[in-house]
Amino acid sequence: MADRLSAALAALPERLGWHVTLSASALALGLAIALPLGIAAARNPRLKWISLGAAGLVQTIPSLALLALFYPVLLLLSGLAVKVLGHGFPALGFLPSLLALTLYSMLPILRNAAAGVSGVDPAVVEAARGVGMTDRQRLWRVELPLAAPVIMAGVRTAAVWTIGAATLSTPVGQTSLGDYIFSGLQTEDWVAVLVGCAASAGLALIVDGLLGLIEGGVARREPKRLWAGGVGLLIGLLAALGPLAGAALSHGKPAYVIGAKNFSEQYILAELMAGKLEAGGATVQRRVNLGSVIAYRALASGEIDAYVDYSGTLWANILNRTDNPGRQVVLDTLRKDLKARDGVVLLAPLGFENAYALAMRRDRAEALGVKTLADLAAKAPQLTMGGDLEFFSRPEWAAVVKAYGLSFKSKRQFQPTFMYRALESREADVISAFSSDGRIAADDLVLLGDPKGALPPYDAVILVSPKRAGDQRLLDALTPLSGSIDVKAMQAANYAVDRDTGKKSPAEAAGLLAR
Amino acid sequence: MTEAIVLDQVSKTYGGQAVLAPTSLTIAKGRFVALVGGSGAGKTTLLKLMNGLSTPSTGRVLLDGADIAGKPGPELRRGIGYVFQEIGLFPHMTVGQNIGVTPDLLGWSAEEIATRTDELLDLVALPREVAGRAPSQLSGGQRQRVGVARALAARPSILLMDEPFGALDPVTRAALADDVRALHERLGLTTVMVTHDVGEALLLADEVVVMAGGKLRAHAPPRELLAGHPDPVVADLIAAPRRQAERLAELARG
Repeated sequence: MADRLSAALAALPERLGWHVTLSASALALGLAIALPLGIAAARNPRLKWISLGAAGLVQTIPSLALLALFYPVLLLLSGLAVKVLGHGFPALGFLPSLLALTLYSMLPILRNAAAGVSGVDPAVVEAARGVGMTDRQRLWRVELPLAAPVIMAGVRTAAVWTIGAATLSTPVGQTSLGDYIFSGLQTEDWVAVLVGCAASAGLALIVDGLLGLIEGGVARREPKRLWAGGVGLLIGLLAALGPLAGAALSHGKPAYVIGAKNFSEQYILAELMAGKLEAGGATVQRRVNLGSVIAYRALASGEIDAYVDYSGTLWANILNRTDNPGRQVVLDTLRKDLKARDGVVLLAPLGFENAYALAMRRDRAEALGVKTLADLAAKAPQLTMGGDLEFFSRPEWAAVVKAYGLSFKSKRQFQPTFMYRALESREADVISAFSSDGRIAADDLVLLGDPKGALPPYDAVILVSPKRAGDQRLLDALTPLSGSIDVKAMQAANYAVDRDTGKKSPAEAAGLLAR
Repeated sequence: MTEAIVLDQVSKTYGGQAVLAPTSLTIAKGRFVALVGGSGAGKTTLLKLMNGLSTPSTGRVLLDGADIAGKPGPELRRGIGYVFQEIGLFPHMTVGQNIGVTPDLLGWSAEEIATRTDELLDLVALPREVAGRAPSQLSGGQRQRVGVARALAARPSILLMDEPFGALDPVTRAALADDVRALHERLGLTTVMVTHDVGEALLLADEVVVMAGGKLRAHAPPRELLAGHPDPVVADLIAAPRRQAERLAELARG
């Protein structure tokens, strides 16, 4: 418990620093756009209708989806920029997070600015015109000072929203306090989840308090409060940015970026690869919790240098193939086609498979007499199927359904962690499991056979970005990993991270594999 | 006699609806003129045309012989005093800052403004120490005194007032009206006041303009109007306060 906590706290300066940088930038940008727009909207009913409608619409998009949507858009724009200007920009990480959060922060500022300015007593507005103020003087000397408390209240709301939503920037590759929550949820490291939530909530409370001080100062015309709030914010900002600036100055740019998707095995393998590189004296940055497709695109565009993917996943998602010509043909075709398509280099398989397989509790499978997917087809109409968040939309699911004619009573989606719990609590009878998952052995689950070969092979392979294809240092560090991990070793390492007691960190589990 | 304000065939239409029929009116320098009539008569519209708060749909407005269309509105209004019923003191400024707002816009120095503020507080019979207070700390009558002081701060020669005493109690109202009339004399102002109180207009003004239905129906000194007018609308309007005054006089005689 204590070492979990100290491990979590060690990452705090970097994550908090990025969280503050991201939220503050988004808020500043949101303010710069929404404030003038809100003031203009107060004078123009049509603009008010349009802008508030648009901002309201953005608000209805779930924030996680909004963040995810910016990635393909930026990728497209970056591609255009490469064609037109000769160089692109990173579509992953800070930029999509910044844009999505900026949009997200705009509604309360816009709404309050419009309401604040149009809510100024008409008699006072007429007096301002009567004494000879120009429109601009009226705005700066009368309307804005009088609307300031309402506007500040909007800024406070926006700040709290933005800080909360910034935790969702983790899946698009931006370091934030969300790293604690996403990784912690995945590895059932509740200490990390709590640290992430507490840090994010604490930050929101402090910022809200300081902005409240400014709001009070503005409303009661007490410059002291206003200054106290402003200085507090500035000190907080500098304190949060300090470690980032220090790190940037002392290290310079990290030499390599290792990516990982959002589950324990990926964290462990990323640590394993990073460890090999660091042992050779290189600096390595980790970008974990990437979405499945985002990880490949990020590699192809050179935003990450290497990560581990699975042959069946690449086969279905990148090459859009639904057939299953056998393990070796799949690997050979992938090596050739990925190189030709994106310049991506596929190193030799690591030695284990993390295949999609349907799993059941042993006692339940035996009671129903189910050993294979063919047996399952007969019983499926009375059973509930639990899948991870992407399984039901994957071609593997379609292939299994087609090959065996599966039709379940109901289907439910779970975070992988909760999927196993659901099996235990009988909320699901069958789940989509991963063959390298440590919980299969630990929970005494059986994997159902696939006599028709509907599920493709899922050999774990290291992929290297086009720009590192000829990087000897990287290749020398990673190539020896080929064939070095069998499924038992991977299951054990995964279980070390996923189990409830005596948990290990992904880096410690990577140490088990390296031996 | 020189002309301070000339309205030359001005009219005003809002969204296709005529609120003021083409009207001409000449006001000589130094006169105190009251605009009277029921609500919707067009008297406030007429007043706002004089300082450009409203622009005429047709016709032109001349101040001291010059067409006001040739001058930007804000610049024009800094040279004209304006007082209205809602007073409209700026709640985020002190009384002193409110009074000094037009001089500040005109770029007067801080000392000039401070001296002028003291002068004006004396002029409207308010203690000088109210300068540092917020408008919300004053009574309604005091606030309208500040409103008058603000209007006079930049030494305008024309003072426009839109129902200036409408929101005040009768005692305060009478006192402030007398004070404003005295200021008008002392400062040699040309004053135009909109009011719906015909009695007040007859007692205070040199000339009374009667408006009804967006048209100017009469323009004459009070005594002449009291003597009778051929237009029944005007006659009715004047007759009411006159009857009241006669009944009061009867009552006083016993």
